[in-house]
Amino acid sequence: MFLTISTTGTPERPATDLGFLLHKHPDRAQTFSTSHGTAHVLYPEASTERCTAALLLEIDPVALVRRSKGKGRGGAPDAALARYVNDRPYAASSLLAVALSTVFKSALRGVCAALPERAASPLPLRIEIPAVPARGGAELVRALFGPLGWASVRAEPVPLDERFPQWGDSRYVQLVLEGELRLADALRQLYILLPVLDDAKHYWVAPDEVDKLLRAGEGWLAEHPEQKLITSRYLARRWGLTRRAMERLELVRLAEADDIEVEAIDNAVEETPDDTESAENAENAENAENAEGAEGAEGAEDARPKEVSLASQRREAILTALRDAGASSVLDLGCGQGQLVQALLKDARFRRVVGVDVSVRALTIASRRLKLDRMSERQADRVTLTQGALTYTDKRLKGYDAAVLSEVIEHLDLPRLPALEYAVFGSARPGTVVVTTPNVEYNVRWETLSAGHVRHGDHRFEWTRAEFRGWAEEVGRRHGYEVTYRPVGPDDPEVGPPTQMAVFTLTGPLTAQKEEKAA
Amino acid sequence: MTSTTTATDGAAARRPLPVPDLSLVVLIGATGSGKSTFARSRFKPTEVVSSDFCRGLVSDDENDQSATGDAFDVLHYIVGKRLAAGRLTVVDATNVQPESRKRLVRLAREHDVLPVAIVLDLPEEVCAARNAGRPDRAGMPRHVIKRHRGELRRSLRGLEREGFRKVHILRGEREVESAEIVLERRYNDLAHLTGPFDIIGDIHGCRSELETLLGKLGYEDGAHPEGRTAVFVGDLVDRGPDSPGVLRRVMGMVAAGTALCVPGNHENKLGRWLKGKKVQHTHGLAETIEQLEREDDAFRTQVREFIDGLVSHYVLDGGKLVVCHAGLPEKYHGRTSGRVRSHALYGDTTGETDEFGLPVRYPWAEEYRGRAAVVYGHTPVPNTSWINNTLCLDTGAVFGGRMTALRWPEREIVDVPAERVWYEPAKPLVTEAPGGREGRPLDLADVAGKRIVETRHMARLAVREENAAAALEVMSRFAVDPRLLAYLPPTMAPTATSERDGYLEHPAEAFAQYRADGVGQVVCEEKHMGSRAVALVCRDAAAARERFGVTGPTGVLHTRTGRPFFDDEAVTEEILDRLRSAVTAAGLWRELDTEWVLLDAELMPWSLKATGLLRTQYAAVGAAAGAAFPTVTKALEAAASRGVETAGLLATQRERAADAAAFTEAYRRYCWPTEGLEGVRLAPFQLLAVQGRNLAGVPHDQQLAWLDRLVEHDPTGLLQVTRRLIVDTGDEESVRGGVDWWLEMTGRGGEGMVVKPLQALVRDGKDRLVQPGVKVRGREYLRIIYGPEYTRPDNLQRLRDRFLGHKRSLALREYALGLEALDRLADGEPLWRIHEAVFAVLALESEPVDPRL
Repeated sequence: MFLTISTTGTPERPATDLGFLLHKHPDRAQTFSTSHGTAHVLYPEASTERCTAALLLEIDPVALVRRSKGKGRGGAPDAALARYVNDRPYAASSLLAVALSTVFKSALRGVCAALPERAASPLPLRIEIPAVPARGGAELVRALFGPLGWASVRAEPVPLDERFPQWGDSRYVQLVLEGELRLADALRQLYILLPVLDDAKHYWVAPDEVDKLLRAGEGWLAEHPEQKLITSRYLARRWGLTRRAMERLELVRLAEADDIEVEAIDNAVEETPDDTESAENAENAENAENAEGAEGAEGAEDARPKEVSLASQRREAILTALRDAGASSVLDLGCGQGQLVQALLKDARFRRVVGVDVSVRALTIASRRLKLDRMSERQADRVTLTQGALTYTDKRLKGYDAAVLSEVIEHLDLPRLPALEYAVFGSARPGTVVVTTPNVEYNVRWETLSAGHVRHGDHRFEWTRAEFRGWAEEVGRRHGYEVTYRPVGPDDPEVGPPTQMAVFTLTGPLTAQKEEKAA
Repeated sequence: MTSTTTATDGAAARRPLPVPDLSLVVLIGATGSGKSTFARSRFKPTEVVSSDFCRGLVSDDENDQSATGDAFDVLHYIVGKRLAAGRLTVVDATNVQPESRKRLVRLAREHDVLPVAIVLDLPEEVCAARNAGRPDRAGMPRHVIKRHRGELRRSLRGLEREGFRKVHILRGEREVESAEIVLERRYNDLAHLTGPFDIIGDIHGCRSELETLLGKLGYEDGAHPEGRTAVFVGDLVDRGPDSPGVLRRVMGMVAAGTALCVPGNHENKLGRWLKGKKVQHTHGLAETIEQLEREDDAFRTQVREFIDGLVSHYVLDGGKLVVCHAGLPEKYHGRTSGRVRSHALYGDTTGETDEFGLPVRYPWAEEYRGRAAVVYGHTPVPNTSWINNTLCLDTGAVFGGRMTALRWPEREIVDVPAERVWYEPAKPLVTEAPGGREGRPLDLADVAGKRIVETRHMARLAVREENAAAALEVMSRFAVDPRLLAYLPPTMAPTATSERDGYLEHPAEAFAQYRADGVGQVVCEEKHMGSRAVALVCRDAAAARERFGVTGPTGVLHTRTGRPFFDDEAVTEEILDRLRSAVTAAGLWRELDTEWVLLDAELMPWSLKATGLLRTQYAAVGAAAGAAFPTVTKALEAAASRGVETAGLLATQRERAADAAAFTEAYRRYCWPTEGLEGVRLAPFQLLAVQGRNLAGVPHDQQLAWLDRLVEHDPTGLLQVTRRLIVDTGDEESVRGGVDWWLEMTGRGGEGMVVKPLQALVRDGKDRLVQPGVKVRGREYLRIIYGPEYTRPDNLQRLRDRFLGHKRSLALREYALGLEALDRLADGEPLWRIHEAVFAVLALESEPVDPRL
């Protein structure tokens, strides 16, 4: 990773003053040892007219990996945290930011005993970084550096591989900043903004990170229009992400076995800013509920102020159906992050609530949301969260008054739906089954949803009202349930409601499991 | 202990106490009556559960009476666990009060075992003297013994009524000492009989068909010349034309010892009628009564006694076979209770009745997970088919169907058609046995949690809970239909790390390793850099339906974690179609006598499935390096030209730039654009299984010969040959040839090769499985794994410090599980058994292991 700082000068104010300002002599190559490699400072050019200082940080890729080695069996490093195929040796990340602050410590503070007045005043600067990882692309780079007094901010996207133009651009840009700034300001901007652009840090974020941000951001951050983004990214609780990564290492390995990214399989739960703290905060909890509608279009809909989100309307409709059925023990099959379980627990008539999900991570989040570990014993006795998969029959699910399949069936490949049907209606056989699923006809009403797109990346299908009813009637006939339908959300005269709901009621004289108990 | 001296006097006649070999033995006796001593000398220590011991467990004091409640909870818990496991259990407690015995009798019934009482009725003085000899009981007041004895005496007469099936009362010390426990085999336990058997389904008075069937099975007048034994599953009578004739034949065979018979519900009802009970003459009983009334009294008496003596079910052939009339869940096998009998005769019903007014049967076979095959009748089905190791033999002979027998252990079906419709069925025969083909769902308990999977090749393999949880997530959300998912490929270990300059992996170590394992010939197979793909190809949709129970697809093409390769089913079918044509053209259907083939293969290009990873990881690194280095070297050159000392640094950066460029070249070789199937290649390298056969043990030269024929007969260019070279690990020149072959191949950018024992499935001198293959990856290819700069000498030296042990162990365990899945598939085992092994492979794939290996 590499950056150059250039300035121009005149005989009165020679460019080589840069050497004084940086406290590094232009005619010598100097080497500094940093925690992740060796930093070199040298000057490709140093004349009165032009002077360029270069900082080259040589990262030791093997050491980088071994340092983050887990304590696995046989010292095996873990995939999520350490890869030998790693951009860190080439891209300008927090490693370079730290090297910058180490090597140019005094310059960063604006201290220069030899030329205090030059350090205190702007000088013509040109900063070039050939590979800046930018989550947000060139646009974000311009948004971040644009307001900081640079005359020109050039950010050229680097193509992933010119041999395969169809792959598009990489997340790296070649960055050139030109303008008249104080050197210390420029360095401090880089110190903060490089890791912000990368949206990652190589070290654990400690409480003193706030002080670092305030110190380095002095004079420019407070007024910055992107202050919020900068602050949140810079202070992002990386340990949270890492912890999440640790929770799903098994999935990481399965993804790796199949040459896919873990996001492709560990996507049962939306990444919402919905951690313990925000759940404790009523307002944030509300946000979080809306955020579950990060389900694309629904999210857009839910973002409208003062309108009850579709997710809440759906929950209300389900609760009403369950109350109408007189259910007291309820299964929430595919409980996700546990919003419905939470709502069920608020009503004492639901004496037994079981949340089932196949995603261990979803269950972990749900458990945090419900604060299961802090619940009173009496309350805790009412609720169970457990891993289960609806393509398998499950004896534990027998004997309940009602089951809810809310926005679940569409996450299953159609050929696997009969397995779910049997597991729920044939084997578990609750007295009432409430099923909700998107009504694909309504999709034309979502302005943000382009034609032919499903509402969520993991939706394997979305049904019209006729398709849903066709399925429901068939299920009811096969398993002895009567079906009624209720709209959820505004019932559009033309395309129907956004969510369709079917309530199945068992009509058989005796169910299999009741008989079993009696035997 | 105090009684040992008296035990030696006199040679008192031994008094045998018969006890069923699976029963709950309840000792009854006052404190000091010597129950513990009695139990100790006559039963295994682990068979005896004593209340004193349980009192000690919960309170640290065996005599703490305040702990009695908790102590008995523990005692009942232990007894329950033992009985559930089918173990004879003796309760050593006073048990003089009816309430305490009642709980034990209930416990025995809950586990369907017989309760047996053994009463130690000893004089008060003896008990008192014994207690006095024990320091911990010396202070026990006399009235306690008095009370115990009083309660005991009052209990004696009612013990049978309380539910004890055998009551042995031992009065006085002599009787106690002379008592000798004699274990009796249960009536239903005929595990020592190994047959061979011919199990015959429901007959219902169809005498003529029975004779035809017996003849077809080789019986001559009720006896088989090869000494086979017929086993009748009951329902001999009712509805048909000649129930007495059938009874005469069966009773004769049973009496002659050439047949066994279990009762059906129709025998049960007939038996009640014969005993003069009032029963409804429905469901064909009227016909039987009419026929029997033409017989004499003596015959009717014989029939009554015969039916009376029938045992509800039999456990046969070392426990591998259970025969009963209406099916039996595993927990009832070999058990004795009213409900076991009722279940064996009538089966389980849901309590609902169908539109014909007949009871709806509970699909117990779906849930059956036992290792014993259960063969039964009772429910007429048009065709017999195994469901979870159970088979219904009632093919409705009396309704004009067929009469069916199963040869055991051959598992061959023998049947004869009905001569006519003897009786009109109340409703049409159901299309399947209870559960049916569609109703063979897998149960969560088959896969979830910590599991132990029995394998033929590596004994018991454990799956940890967290790995099963991850596998469940992937399996249920992304994998193909488990009915089509017969196999997941095992991971493969790399060769031992090479110390050779510039190399991390080199073939020399692989050859040496196999030589050390005693493997003479190995085959080196070119490693195709693509994505692992398993293809199940059925001859047509009908074959897929017939063998795998799916309607629609003609097979499947899935990745190493069971995901479908293509989102578009049409593309999958197109590939299957090309494969099918090649199999047909190569004549392999006939040659292998199969309707389906299961292939292990590599699908190319890599970029087809790994685009996401390529973009975010591999190409990204190349792009970052490509963007950075030109600027770096230019700056260093400029500095150098100014006379700044940068020589070493410049050289290093140029090398790093070259490494990064080589990295980009390395991944590019495995990427090319595709359009539909245009550009897609499939290289099959193993034929895993066909109908009835696991082929994973077939030597690789033979394997590759089959596959070459496939490739040859594929005119579409989809299939690609796997180049190979056979190396003799003991011959230096041959080994050198192998090394050169690898050098040449990887020098041209090849990924590397896999070295496998030519004989495929090999065990070493210590009878351990030998690695089925090791990979030797090319020097350039490894940049994709270890990073662009891994070849720099100091990096390489550090990377050599890698640990292969866990990877090797994982590779073997997954291999054994894969073989197990194929064996189970070939043996036609139930789906859950195949799925269990396949699921375990996926679970193990999530174990922590260095992902670069």
